[in-house]
Amino acid sequence: MVRRIIFISIFTLLLQSNMVFAGSTVSEDLKESTSTNTAGECFEGVSRAMFKFNHALDKVIFEPVAKGYRALPVPIRKGTGNAIDNLRSLLTLSNHVLQGDFREAGTTAGRFAINTTVGILGVFDPAAKLGLEEQGKEDFGQTLGAWGINSGCYFVLPILGPTTARDAIGLVGNTILDPVYQITHNTEINNGVVGNASYSEHNYYYYRGTGAVDFRAKNIESFDSLEENSIDLYASIKSLYLQNRNKRIQNSDSAVETQDDSDWEELETN
Amino acid sequence: MKKIFFIIIFLFLSLNQKSFAYNSDPTQFIQEIVDEVKNILVHSNSKEFKSKKLSEIALKTADINGVAYYTLGKYRKKLSDKQIEEYLDLFEKYFLKSFTSRLTDYSEPKINVVSAEVLSPKYTIVKSLLLATDKRPEVNIEWRVYTKNPDKPLIRDLIIEGLSLARTQKEEFASVIESNNGDVSKLFITLKEFIAK
Repeated sequence: MVRRIIFISIFTLLLQSNMVFAGSTVSEDLKESTSTNTAGECFEGVSRAMFKFNHALDKVIFEPVAKGYRALPVPIRKGTGNAIDNLRSLLTLSNHVLQGDFREAGTTAGRFAINTTVGILGVFDPAAKLGLEEQGKEDFGQTLGAWGINSGCYFVLPILGPTTARDAIGLVGNTILDPVYQITHNTEINNGVVGNASYSEHNYYYYRGTGAVDFRAKNIESFDSLEENSIDLYASIKSLYLQNRNKRIQNSDSAVETQDDSDWEELETN
Repeated sequence: MKKIFFIIIFLFLSLNQKSFAYNSDPTQFIQEIVDEVKNILVHSNSKEFKSKKLSEIALKTADINGVAYYTLGKYRKKLSDKQIEEYLDLFEKYFLKSFTSRLTDYSEPKINVVSAEVLSPKYTIVKSLLLATDKRPEVNIEWRVYTKNPDKPLIRDLIIEGLSLARTQKEEFASVIESNNGDVSKLFITLKEFIAK
């Protein structure tokens, strides 16, 4: 595990050192921009190929599964989504602490305690009714961003999709910080149990996979619309990914806080 | 008799004019557009009719040329007047097709306008909420309203859950141009292909 982290860290540091490969089509605007909504490409040709692969995989597997999931009754989907979010909140909690957001950490911990017990393993969300609203998801990539680390270059991972050098490190950090992963992983390591034990590691991947399906099912129409109306889907997804990461790091849904207005200022049409 | 005829014509024109005038207050302006769009989506069955009506609204309420210039980014300074003219024409067709296509799939959107924030004399952000359905969660939508002419506000961008459509489009266009070694005419070809689709 440690070897894997070291390898990935070195790999990502290399990526961050402005090693933009020949043939990249990054615009001068993007290279020169200081906006946190932009990032150069690491190796665009490979990323585009990977994007095509992921897109085909989505058409064959993820989209049909998401449509099947969408056919389930609303209470089942809602309960599943709640339970997944409840488990996911443990990773959020770790990152709240690392970012120094102790008030949010308290709220997230309170939500987890109430929803896991009164809410029957997170299927229901009684905490929200008690005024403990969800604080938004956090991960280690966001924590690195909150600590001031730049995104580095952009690339696409197989199956996992778009990422940046910083967020790739964040993916590794997530496994260290996520108690769900640690419990399931260590149970296997300590007991030598691989298989059907309640806490074995494959349950972690079931949980992550279900979360991905739940997300995909909630966005079927948005993905279809984006696909139908894009003239370069790869570039659209890249733009949306980077904007989304930026607003998450800033913990804001408001364009006033997350969007750079300077581009609009010089445009006068009436 | 002639006088009555003129009065009728005048009244008809005045009423017609009235129905085209939107409120100059950005919040009211967006609320009126939302209500009008909802009315079209709920009461029209034909997709073509919906597209036609939505296009009419977009032409009246969106600053399509402003978005077109923004979307072209630094390349707008490199085009000749003739190319700009061609681009604006293509962009309008692209914009209307893309805009109506995104909206016609919604059968009954319930959008509540929540608040507004004045950024500068030229821009106000109007905040609204697309209510959740069984299929999708609640969505925050912000409208960037251009208010340089306070009597005639115009929409320049939609920001959905913090993600700007105009910015996404701008980066998409830049990608197409730069994949073709900075040749803007390749963007024109791509836009033509999209419009013809």
